[in-house]
Amino acid sequence: MSAPGSTTTKMIMGIIIDTIGRFLVLLPATLLFFSKPAGSTTIRVAPAGHQASISAALAACKDGDTIIVSKGLYKEGNLVIDKSVCLLGEGMPVIDGENKFEVLSVKKSDVTVRGLRIQNSGRSAMSDPGGIKIYDSARVTVEGNELVDNFFGIYIQYGTDCIVRNNLVKASQKEEHQSGNGIHCWKSANLQISGNRISGHRDGIYFEFVTHSVIWRNISENNLRYGLHFMFSNDDSYITNYFRNNGAGVAVMFTKKVVMMNNTFEENWGDSAYGLLLKEISDCFLSGNTFTRNTTGIFFDGSNRITMERNTLKSNGWAMRLQANCMDNKIRRNNFTGNTFDVGTNGFLTLNEFTENYWDKYEGYDLDKDGVGDVPYHPLSLYSIIVEKNPPAMLLFRSFMINLLDKSEKLLPSLTPDNFIDRRPLTKPVRL
Amino acid sequence: MPGILKYIALDILKNKIVIAYTIMLALFSWSAFGLEDNASKGALTVLNIVLLTVPLVSVLFTTIYVYNSNEFIELLVSHPVKRSMIWKSLFAGLSASLVLAYLLGAGIPLVLFTDPGTAAVMLISGSFLSVIFAALAFLAAVLTRDKAKGIGVSIMLWLYFALLFDGLVLFLFFQFSDYPVEKLVVMLSALSPIDLSRILVLLHLDVSAMMGYTGAIFKTYFGSAWGLLMSFCLLLLWIWIPFSLSLRKFIKKDL
Repeated sequence: MSAPGSTTTKMIMGIIIDTIGRFLVLLPATLLFFSKPAGSTTIRVAPAGHQASISAALAACKDGDTIIVSKGLYKEGNLVIDKSVCLLGEGMPVIDGENKFEVLSVKKSDVTVRGLRIQNSGRSAMSDPGGIKIYDSARVTVEGNELVDNFFGIYIQYGTDCIVRNNLVKASQKEEHQSGNGIHCWKSANLQISGNRISGHRDGIYFEFVTHSVIWRNISENNLRYGLHFMFSNDDSYITNYFRNNGAGVAVMFTKKVVMMNNTFEENWGDSAYGLLLKEISDCFLSGNTFTRNTTGIFFDGSNRITMERNTLKSNGWAMRLQANCMDNKIRRNNFTGNTFDVGTNGFLTLNEFTENYWDKYEGYDLDKDGVGDVPYHPLSLYSIIVEKNPPAMLLFRSFMINLLDKSEKLLPSLTPDNFIDRRPLTKPVRL
Repeated sequence: MPGILKYIALDILKNKIVIAYTIMLALFSWSAFGLEDNASKGALTVLNIVLLTVPLVSVLFTTIYVYNSNEFIELLVSHPVKRSMIWKSLFAGLSASLVLAYLLGAGIPLVLFTDPGTAAVMLISGSFLSVIFAALAFLAAVLTRDKAKGIGVSIMLWLYFALLFDGLVLFLFFQFSDYPVEKLVVMLSALSPIDLSRILVLLHLDVSAMMGYTGAIFKTYFGSAWGLLMSFCLLLLWIWIPFSLSLRKFIKKDL
């Protein structure tokens, strides 16, 4: 038991160190960029000045220049940045795409876009226009912008070492197909997505084929589908983010080696809404997360070798649902409080390990006062199995009949899998 | 009518059983809120008590009381009083005192410990349950002259609504699990006043589990103001139908 355990821990530590390392490596790179190379100039763009258009300034500048855009409204169609410049806004100038164009296209490495309000990009399912779209570039920084009512907010394809930081990304579409994602990253690596606030898009943050990246301190709420959506993106981590009231919560799918720490998942209500949906993922690490008031806190589907520890699962319908196609997951030292059902499953096969969790429904005793209950705890109630097979049976919730069935099942488990068990339940909550 | 009503109400209120029932409810509720660390858990414990004991006490006490006042009824019938008036005042007096006992016993802690919405729904549904089971008891008592049989019928009624009905529903769910029965389920719940009150209260308490797809359907049917009104109308029907049946029977009965 101990040998595979230590390898998982080693692997997890590896991922964490890796992520932090990347963070540190990227920092000097950005610093270097801000120290201007010799011979660079600053171009000012102002609605009333002699240089009134951003496109003209972009045409006139050369690598290493800075363009400062003054306050005002600019409607210039599609702006293409194909030189390594720094585009800065002063007093939040507005660049409008008039619902027709992609607003800013970055097609060169070493570009910085900061302090702009970019709004009303075109909408098209063919070309996926974005407020800011980065094509095949490295070391692009998008910082402190406001992206309002765009199809895609910030779109990165084939980007490496890019930074998306402290942006406000919001949209107000009502239907999923009319809206793109807030921050969309595709086939990229080494990205830093931090401190952004995203709301009203289809997915808040979307990762597909993105590796070695970090998502840190973002707030993603009221999005139409997922707050955060991972597909085929290995070796990433998301830390201290806040996901609230998204259509279906957060989904991590078809992915390996993802670290999820200190995030908050809140208020995801509905039949197929989950605080966190883990589908076909393996070798991940979940720690210090809080799941509150979700229909299902965490949903494990076809997920293997996940270590889940020191999480708080509070006031959910199902704190966690662990499908029978999951194996070798370790669930330890978590707090389960005030959930209607602690655990749900759909079969009899249990190949996962529960140990040293705190369950507020535990009714055992602790004679030797070591903080570990002397009687094992069965987190799976008969009723949760009935409801899993037969959702309308929810009608009988808290009926006396059901209480009787549950109590007799607890004494003599016959219908619930008897190896679904926490042999060392804690008598006091884990202090986090 | 007021004269008879007053006499019956005073007679019942002096009855030791009703006083004991009030005290028992009060003890249970106060200790439920005292022992549980949060008010919503306490409210759930009280809900369990309300759903089990209130119907049981109502149905048994009323049946026995009606049988015991047989001579009193015969005496009244010999006077120039309408039969329907006698039966109605008896019913009104009994229900009023049972509701009063419930409100005094469980109502005070509920109002003190839970939020106003939950307290209101629990008070209203508990009162409805008291009256509904009194009406069912009237029906049971009028059906047969034999006291033992009448009490037996009322116990069976309680057992059916409190336990068997849920078992039957569960059985039906498994039989028809291949079909989309969600909407049917909502209709089914109207067939038992205990289930109806339980769902009404739960929608105010335990939203988390009631969500999901089935929960969403419940919420759309019962959660809105319109649904609330509908369910209270259904509960009213549960009083009116058994009582009017018993009234019709009583008017024609050879005493």
